[in-house]
Amino acid sequence: MVPAVALEGITKIYPGVIANQDVDWTLEWGQIHALLGENGAGKSTLMNILYGMTVPDSGRIVLEGREVRIGSPSEAIRLGIGMVHQHFQLVGSLTVAQNVLMGMEPRRFGLVDTSASHDKVRALADQVGLPIDPAALVEDLPVGLQQRVEILKVLARDARILIFDEPTAVLTPQEIALLGQVMQRLAAEGKALVFITHKMREVQAIATHVTVMRAGRKVGVADPRRATAAELAALVVGRPLKSPPETPPSAGGATLLQVQDVSCRSARGLEALRGVSLEVKAGEIVGLIGVEGNGQSELVEVIAGLRPVSAGRILLAPRGGGAFVDLTRATPGARRTAGVGHVAEDRLRRAVIKSWSIADNLVFDRFHQLPYAKAGRLDHETIRQRGATMLARYRIKAPDAQTPVGSLSGGNQQKVVMARELDDRYHVLLIAQPTRGVDAGAAEAIHDEMRALRDRGAGVLLVTNELDELLAMSDRIGVVYHGEIVAWRARGTVTREELGRLMIGGRQTGELGTPA
Amino acid sequence: MKVFLSLAWSLLAVLAALLTGGVVLALSGYDVGEALGALFKGAFGTPNALAETLVNTTPLLLAALAVALGLRAGLFNIGVEGQFLMGGLGAVVAGYALPSLPWGLHVIVVLVAGMLAGAGWAAIPAWMKARFGAHEVITTIMFNYIAFRLVGWLVRVPLHGPGSIPQTRYVVEGARLPVLWADTRLHAGLIVALAVAAGLWWLLWHTPWGVAIRAVGLNAEASEYAGIRVVRTVVTSLALSGGLAGLAGAVQLAGVDHRLVEEGFSAGYGYDSIAVSLLGANHPFAIVPAALLFASLRSGASLMQIEADVSSQIISVLQALVILFVAAEAGLRRERELKAARKATAAAPPAAPPSSGAGLAASAGSTGQGQEA
Amino acid sequence: MEAAVFIGLLAAMLRLATPLLLGSLSGIWAERSGVVNIAIEGMMLTGAFAGYVTAERLLDAEIFDGIGTGHLWLGVLAAVVAGAVLGLVHAFWTQRFRTDQIVSGTALNILALGVTAYALRLIYDVGGSTKLPETLPALFSWTVEGKDGPVGIAFTPLMVVSVLLCLVTHVVLFRTPWGMRTQASGEHPLTLSSLGLSVLKTRYANMAISGGLAGLAGAFLTLEGIGQFNEGMTSGKGFIALAVMIFGRWRPLPALAAACLFGLADALQIFLQTLGVQVPAEWLQMLPYLLTLVALMGLMGRARPPAALGQVQ
Repeated sequence: MVPAVALEGITKIYPGVIANQDVDWTLEWGQIHALLGENGAGKSTLMNILYGMTVPDSGRIVLEGREVRIGSPSEAIRLGIGMVHQHFQLVGSLTVAQNVLMGMEPRRFGLVDTSASHDKVRALADQVGLPIDPAALVEDLPVGLQQRVEILKVLARDARILIFDEPTAVLTPQEIALLGQVMQRLAAEGKALVFITHKMREVQAIATHVTVMRAGRKVGVADPRRATAAELAALVVGRPLKSPPETPPSAGGATLLQVQDVSCRSARGLEALRGVSLEVKAGEIVGLIGVEGNGQSELVEVIAGLRPVSAGRILLAPRGGGAFVDLTRATPGARRTAGVGHVAEDRLRRAVIKSWSIADNLVFDRFHQLPYAKAGRLDHETIRQRGATMLARYRIKAPDAQTPVGSLSGGNQQKVVMARELDDRYHVLLIAQPTRGVDAGAAEAIHDEMRALRDRGAGVLLVTNELDELLAMSDRIGVVYHGEIVAWRARGTVTREELGRLMIGGRQTGELGTPA
Repeated sequence: MKVFLSLAWSLLAVLAALLTGGVVLALSGYDVGEALGALFKGAFGTPNALAETLVNTTPLLLAALAVALGLRAGLFNIGVEGQFLMGGLGAVVAGYALPSLPWGLHVIVVLVAGMLAGAGWAAIPAWMKARFGAHEVITTIMFNYIAFRLVGWLVRVPLHGPGSIPQTRYVVEGARLPVLWADTRLHAGLIVALAVAAGLWWLLWHTPWGVAIRAVGLNAEASEYAGIRVVRTVVTSLALSGGLAGLAGAVQLAGVDHRLVEEGFSAGYGYDSIAVSLLGANHPFAIVPAALLFASLRSGASLMQIEADVSSQIISVLQALVILFVAAEAGLRRERELKAARKATAAAPPAAPPSSGAGLAASAGSTGQGQEA
Repeated sequence: MEAAVFIGLLAAMLRLATPLLLGSLSGIWAERSGVVNIAIEGMMLTGAFAGYVTAERLLDAEIFDGIGTGHLWLGVLAAVVAGAVLGLVHAFWTQRFRTDQIVSGTALNILALGVTAYALRLIYDVGGSTKLPETLPALFSWTVEGKDGPVGIAFTPLMVVSVLLCLVTHVVLFRTPWGMRTQASGEHPLTLSSLGLSVLKTRYANMAISGGLAGLAGAFLTLEGIGQFNEGMTSGKGFIALAVMIFGRWRPLPALAAACLFGLADALQIFLQTLGVQVPAEWLQMLPYLLTLVALMGLMGRARPPAALGQVQ
């Protein structure tokens, strides 16, 4: 049988980086073919080449036995290739039907025929078993349903080759299972599916074939149902992965942070938190998990002082003990002075100034204090020296501390942020998505630093979407749903499945994403 | 070093703009050589022309420093024209209503009065931005129109000096800036302006306040996260920017005009200063030659009008072209750097969604001259 | 209030609201596609100038013998084209050169002021221009007998056209495929590029329309209003139009109401002056600017602009 896609000898070189080197790869009809690898392994580049977003330096693309040149996404779409993007490409203020049929709307007298649009989307949705209300505004839908819109968009364009780019990143285990069923149904219809991921577990659950990539090269092909997770992991990383060190449980010391009945509103003015209470003790990592958009991001912002509360109190025990101080109305700067550090979830938007040097970013939270400023004057020499010291200590890959942070890789940018925040001036740390977009080596280092910090007696509030990270790091786990913490579990007493159920409100329906 | 490299590129952009201006002149049927000759002679041809060029440099330089300070904080202060006018108003009142001060002190009081008037005038849109999120581009323009009407009325009615011409009284002798070069109008304001340029450079790169200003201008959300008082920084930066614009007006009044007329005092210095600041890449030192260039265009234009019969309005055209060309060059350079940075990090694409941009209604620090996207 | 006074006020309101409505529609077309356009002021001024010069130069052209207002209509066309050209320049600078949209807009405002003043002197050798013998005549009018003679509302062609364009904008923006593209381009442009649709084309086309509408507003000022061109005659109307757009929350029909409100404030100001109220003229002239400030303060925080406004791909 002629394969759906054959990539032959694909090479793509960016200055200083080989994104793809001499990659041969085939995709057959009816396959769910996982592309597995770390961040930067070249899997996204390879699929961007197939989808016409990048042109390879050399190599051939053969589609159903015919060599083609794909210069743009519109050519890819015309050839029957579709991509379900990791970051949904949806217009929130438009309806489901308007999004799905963008650029191919049924018309009447030059106007969009709304009822025909709705019929068309409804028919398509029923046909593939992804029911949805065509008239709903996309911004009102939960994440799981938004992804459904994204899939329908691709199917409406008659795609027969579907690329799913990290589709599970924002889904609960139950939603992932449902997505897997949908993908299997599409494959059974004879379509060819590609599934970009870095999670072995999902490869084993969903894929029929797997190709592992590392440093721009194809390093192996496996049968996901036979290969063990450890074998796959060794292929991905290129060395046997040391099993994550078992974090010894911590009883926790005195309470450092108290959040009492806190409520707040989201950027869109909706109620984001409804009376959340929690405590963080010394020497303890408290992990929080929830489907994106359930209030966990807002909770971190509220504690950091970046979002006002509408009710409730935030109390902090001063370093070295003493009566709690009320931080509810304190500025972000005052909270930092009181000892609350914060690793923000959106690094480039919040945590660094890209055009500034590593050294300057390392003092971004303290440039106005001794020893970096003396008598109203900056001490550039001290700042430079500290930069050099931290560069070495955190093994930040950069020519020197004067390198702009914007030119570093994601992992090294995160190390700069960690080097600044995991500092003894802070005894309570808010850490959100610490390993997002970070490669495995850097993630290991970051986890080690977090454990060391905890063992020095700091209290850590960790918010993450990575179940593995949550389970490995947290002493206690809270599940956030619909602006509330709906359950607490101690280390080792909870399964992934139970967490997933709690994340969608405890109901055991097969429905994707239930929050309103 | 980087500043001077960028200045070199800017010079190329200026040349391109001047060339385009020359084409416009030629298409209009003028003798380009004659016109440019007259322009040069008018700017540098005689000692007096040179002095006039420096006289024009002074308010332009100060006003451009005001624009640059705003842009460094992410604020586009288009209200410099109005703040300049209010500075002149503050200076003239202090200059004739307080006649008994000793000489040295009086002129300082006059300059401070002008500075305070400009700062106060800019503080209102600053407050509107901080409190209501009203974008400073529109509000400061509205304040320009209001300032013109307000000063027009003040000079026509309550502050009308002796005589029939609508103008205020002259400031007393002791409230005027001393002349530096005999038989010309070159006054000590030039020294004030150069000192302010050095002071602004020190403020921006050698004090914690300057770090805060630049941080807010580049990334307001990150600044808030790092503990900087963003709203306070925005308000004080815009007020200080207005203060520098007011100082420019006060220096012009104390050094050249000595009284306020019904209209025409600000003479477009405020608007021209936007081009000067952009040309100088918002760097206090690079702004000095940029101001000199624009001042020479300005003082050369009148002779060009007399000798070559070219309307002096061509200067506005030239300035607009300079902004467009310099900004285009800067944009292309940013694109190159962005591409290089993207390629360098292509191996690890950031998992962040695109950040929100510089909308008219975005709340803080949204005018990104050099803002991070 | 006497009916004639009311009619007079209404007439002034409609006359003053028309350029603001057109200006705000110009803003809506630009900003809904993601481009900040603060050069509406300059585009209006350029349109006013191009319209006047075209009409004035063609005043005695033989081809218009028998078509009394042909030269005026060609002037209108020239104004629209001139505005559209500036709109395309803005699009080119901001999209191709990635110039900050506010910097580019400011430069175009200065350029428009300079070029029109320069060209005015080049052509006419004076700072102001002579009045055209006639302006675009009213399509229909409504006259009432007042105590100081008849008072009437003249519904002139561009006034009517501006209301029609407001309705057209509404339909196109919310009911057509092009409107969907425009909204996507302003809210989340990657949606378009990921489907192989061009964000650039959308923005270029919308900026041409935006410029054309602003140019039309300029034509209204010279060819349907005072019949002559003066340096800087728009005096901030382009910026006030942006406030009207924000007041109307980037939607055409509310912008129509907002334009009437701002027009009424301006009409009142003139009306009070002619009544000989004991308030200095300068104070009354500040009214529209103050109203703009109030509008910005009251609504800026709550109105939601297009999400991708000001972003470049």
